[in-house]
Amino acid sequence: MTTAAMPASVKKPQDVQKEDAMWLQKELINRNYRELATAHETGRKVSATFVPGNLNELLMCFDFARSLPETNALQNGMRKKSGKFIMDAERDGQSEDVCTYVKADLGMMLGGEVGPTGEVLPRPDVLLLSYTGCFTFMKWFELIRHKYGCETVMLHVPYQGEGKIAPNMREYVVKQLKENVIPTLERISGVKFDIDRLRQYMKESQKAEEDLVAVLHSAKHRPSPIDGYFGAVYYIGPIFTAFRGTPEASEYYRVLRGEIEQRVREGKGPVTPDGEMGEEKYRLVVEGPPNWTSFRDFWKMFYEEGAVVVSSTYAKVGGLYDFGFRHDPEHPLESLADYCLGCYTNLNLPSRIDMICRYIDEYQADGLLINSIKSCNSFSAGQLLILREVEKRTGKPAAFIETDLVDPRYFSAANVKNRLESYFQMIKQKRTSGVAHEMPRTIPIVAAN
Amino acid sequence: MSTIPQAVAIVQRCEALFEDLDFGAVKAWKAAVPGRKAIGYMPVYVPRELVHAAGMLPVGILGGGDALEVIQGDAYYQSYICRIPRSTIELGLTGRLDCLDGMLFPSICDVIRNLSGMWQILFKDKYVRYFDVPQNYEDAIGGRFYVQELGVLRDDLGRLRGAPITDAELNASIAVYNDNRAAVRDLYAYRAQKPWQAPTSEVYLLLRAGMVLPPEEHTQIVRDYLAAIDEIPRPKRDNARVVINGTFCEQPPLALIKSIEMSGCYVVDDDFMLVTRWLLDDVPADGNPLEELSKAFLHRSASTAAKYDTTREEKGQFLLKQVKTRGAEGVVFAAPSFCDPALLERPMLQDVLAKHGVPYTAFKYAENTGQMAPIREQAGTFADSIKLWSAA
Repeated sequence: MTTAAMPASVKKPQDVQKEDAMWLQKELINRNYRELATAHETGRKVSATFVPGNLNELLMCFDFARSLPETNALQNGMRKKSGKFIMDAERDGQSEDVCTYVKADLGMMLGGEVGPTGEVLPRPDVLLLSYTGCFTFMKWFELIRHKYGCETVMLHVPYQGEGKIAPNMREYVVKQLKENVIPTLERISGVKFDIDRLRQYMKESQKAEEDLVAVLHSAKHRPSPIDGYFGAVYYIGPIFTAFRGTPEASEYYRVLRGEIEQRVREGKGPVTPDGEMGEEKYRLVVEGPPNWTSFRDFWKMFYEEGAVVVSSTYAKVGGLYDFGFRHDPEHPLESLADYCLGCYTNLNLPSRIDMICRYIDEYQADGLLINSIKSCNSFSAGQLLILREVEKRTGKPAAFIETDLVDPRYFSAANVKNRLESYFQMIKQKRTSGVAHEMPRTIPIVAAN
Repeated sequence: MSTIPQAVAIVQRCEALFEDLDFGAVKAWKAAVPGRKAIGYMPVYVPRELVHAAGMLPVGILGGGDALEVIQGDAYYQSYICRIPRSTIELGLTGRLDCLDGMLFPSICDVIRNLSGMWQILFKDKYVRYFDVPQNYEDAIGGRFYVQELGVLRDDLGRLRGAPITDAELNASIAVYNDNRAAVRDLYAYRAQKPWQAPTSEVYLLLRAGMVLPPEEHTQIVRDYLAAIDEIPRPKRDNARVVINGTFCEQPPLALIKSIEMSGCYVVDDDFMLVTRWLLDDVPADGNPLEELSKAFLHRSASTAAKYDTTREEKGQFLLKQVKTRGAEGVVFAAPSFCDPALLERPMLQDVLAKHGVPYTAFKYAENTGQMAPIREQAGTFADSIKLWSAA
């Protein structure tokens, strides 16, 4: 493995195996939490925005410390803190039916805004409501604004209902950037916008994007040197959050790419929390976000059976780089618009199906697994049709499980494990008989017990 | 031989239209003149003027209600997704929507948004469009985008009928819908004044008729009802005057509306079928039609959870105005289960009401909710508490 210089503060626990780049990623994320915690003391303003449509390069032009509430929620989920936050938010009047990311975030704020690392997070000075691919984002920031009075600036990103970006959609987003978003960020930060500074950040973004795509594409090898879902959530961490456009991110992706290319040369599979993965038996494409509250248990159900995820749609929620998009310093605002318009959940269902079928073909996958998330209508509504269409078009078996993002009440390990084992059997059967073994694929598991 | 009062006959006709899940009225309208086309649309708002100007019938699709047995539709949705998309799919897959030549899916929530893509896949021979509306309300930004979107819809519908839609046709249709909105405003004003004479179970059916009838005919029905309703003497009760909020998409069963009224509430405003009241006043019918529709949308339209409030201060003001202008004593939040917009909006609206001393109660429903006793008890207790407080 490449020996990336590890920051002194990082100590590798003995019971968890990670690639060096994964440790580096963890350090970057933790460092951002420290910057956020001390932002107001050091005179910095704080922004909050969402992963799909995250305009990180633009926010950096105004020197904001950058918070991403989805990341806070998932970090709290992985650290087993989200369950209490969700129940606190429900006691405060939120419905049990709605998005648990929202409730985990509101619950964290109710509890004194102690962030995932134990440090108190500052109240944002501006909520950049980059409204990409999810209506709930709009209500989320309206709720925070209503409770805490934070200023909000809206960037409405039209949906690709016809499966393409029409010129007027791009023009609309650019006009909002020029006439609403940038003037608001200038006023709140007190920093004048410098488009050349934006261009410089975008040049860094391009480097990181190239290396990330090389990493994601490496899963086309047999065995795949990465897990394109469970592993990819580490890989996308810096570029989807507060680091895209920074030299640190470029360095992270350079190191990561080197590690992965070395694994390809050595014919190795992915690194899992229990070490090197054994024989690669099943290659899957996964649609839908992971469950965070039982992330390691969930992953283990795959690698123990020799299943590797070669590509996932979740790894594209913060940008569709593997189909060619790159931030373009020559056309910075238009490029930001195209980035927002192109995020995965902003694609219509036919485009999502095309993309999944393409992954199955290009990555030589054995089938599609859909992890349907109770909280996320943006992903989940229509997934049963996606499943049918993908099966019809590819002839590959598909399966369906249900969990949640950060609500531990909706992760039923036994049900999910049973379902996965049946699915792997189905794939095996398909290989030997050439026909998918008939089983009730479209009846969702009721995950809550 | 006794004849039934005209208002009762009107309501009976509207109820028959409401219960007809085969859209016989739409089929009859199309059959009357060969070549006619009908375009379906879902909540909350589409500019029906464009469809009308193309000589087509706009048809409001609000799910299957409690009378439709959903079999195939359930196979397309997980248990935690609301009812309206699954019953709408059921209507489509069972051929009940074959009379529609196209469907519009307005920007309201992720579920309806994704349903547009499902429709593209399942009904490939139909015209399908996701109809985006701006969340930016500046004429030069959101307005420009919206006029362009209206232009795309106008061009598409023109192609569908085989001839472009002219400005004159659009202005004529704007006038037709101005008239319809005026009639609906009169109906709502009358009900707020005399809710015992125009119960919401009847007002609701009158609005539902507007989902399947041509607007000219619907306007006349509303006016005929208003002209006839005073002929029926109905007792005035000491009920609590309430506004219903949260019902802007998936519809409650008619029995639920009746249950709220029977429990001791007069509904004096609501958000049923907001498409009929989305634009709050007349749209000029002698200007650039798309520009005028855009200005009306941006600056003079209703508020609901699917629409962004630019500032915190705006949150809840539309509801508060409903309460004040209609003389309501409380708000009943009735939201469909798993409706993200309504359920996420609710705590903010409740907070605004609490700050203004307006009492409220809240429950959830589904379009096929069958058990009304708990809702009747809750609404009855709420009405009683209002009466007790107001007497104190």
